[in-house]
Amino acid sequence: MRLEYFQMIDKVVELDLEARTLRTANTVPCESPIFEGHFPGHPLLPGVLLFEIMAQSCGMLLLRLHNYDRMAFLASVDKGKLRTFVVPGQVIDVFARLEHDGSGYARLKAEGRVEGKLVCNADVTLKTMPFPAPELRGYLLSTAERIGMPMGDAVIGTAERAGNLTHV
Amino acid sequence: MSTTFETVANIIAETCDIPRENITPESHAIDDLGIDSLDFLDIAFAIDKAFGIKLPLESWTQEVNEGKATTEQYFVLKNLCARIDELIAAKSA
Repeated sequence: MRLEYFQMIDKVVELDLEARTLRTANTVPCESPIFEGHFPGHPLLPGVLLFEIMAQSCGMLLLRLHNYDRMAFLASVDKGKLRTFVVPGQVIDVFARLEHDGSGYARLKAEGRVEGKLVCNADVTLKTMPFPAPELRGYLLSTAERIGMPMGDAVIGTAERAGNLTHV
Repeated sequence: MSTTFETVANIIAETCDIPRENITPESHAIDDLGIDSLDFLDIAFAIDKAFGIKLPLESWTQEVNEGKATTEQYFVLKNLCARIDELIAAKSA
């Protein structure tokens, strides 16, 4: 994770397109300015970032299912639970599952575990729309590559990877 | 129609915390009931699940934005329920 850049996902562990699920592994860094304030002498990963990790895992799943033709934005978090502290150095395994792919939105379920223990879970709603900027799609594609997202038969050209789309 | 309306009205009442008696077939979801786009996503999700359909919210929104349709056509509840019935019929056809 690079918390300051909101790069929350380290790597994809498993993608199941048929079951519409994604597992990601994400290591909380041992050092970050965030821990200087949250909290002095008692560093904790902020709860909002646990929601962000779940939201990004949901988003990367949805983008892959949509073959990167639409962007997903966080719209709501329902039944959000932060069950225990997460500290620097721990690895959070996130599991995301698409529950319903609606028109312009999607509902997913996500949970995070540390060493098998449930630390957070939520129902996540993402709003989907055409990419508002081509470089954003390029960034998401490079992120997918960085985290090892299996691309399978996803057809993505070199220019698109570089974010050089002329249209979306 | 009445069954569809009852289901939709109950979904709206539960999702948006609106007294059920305030919701009528003539109610405009946005203008009368004050439902915003985010709340309507929750309603759409519940309707999709309840009826096994996919409300075409994006095309409806596009039609309204382009002046090809009015919000009344899709968001007055009796009209919304008629659209739902059409989608159910199309699904089972």
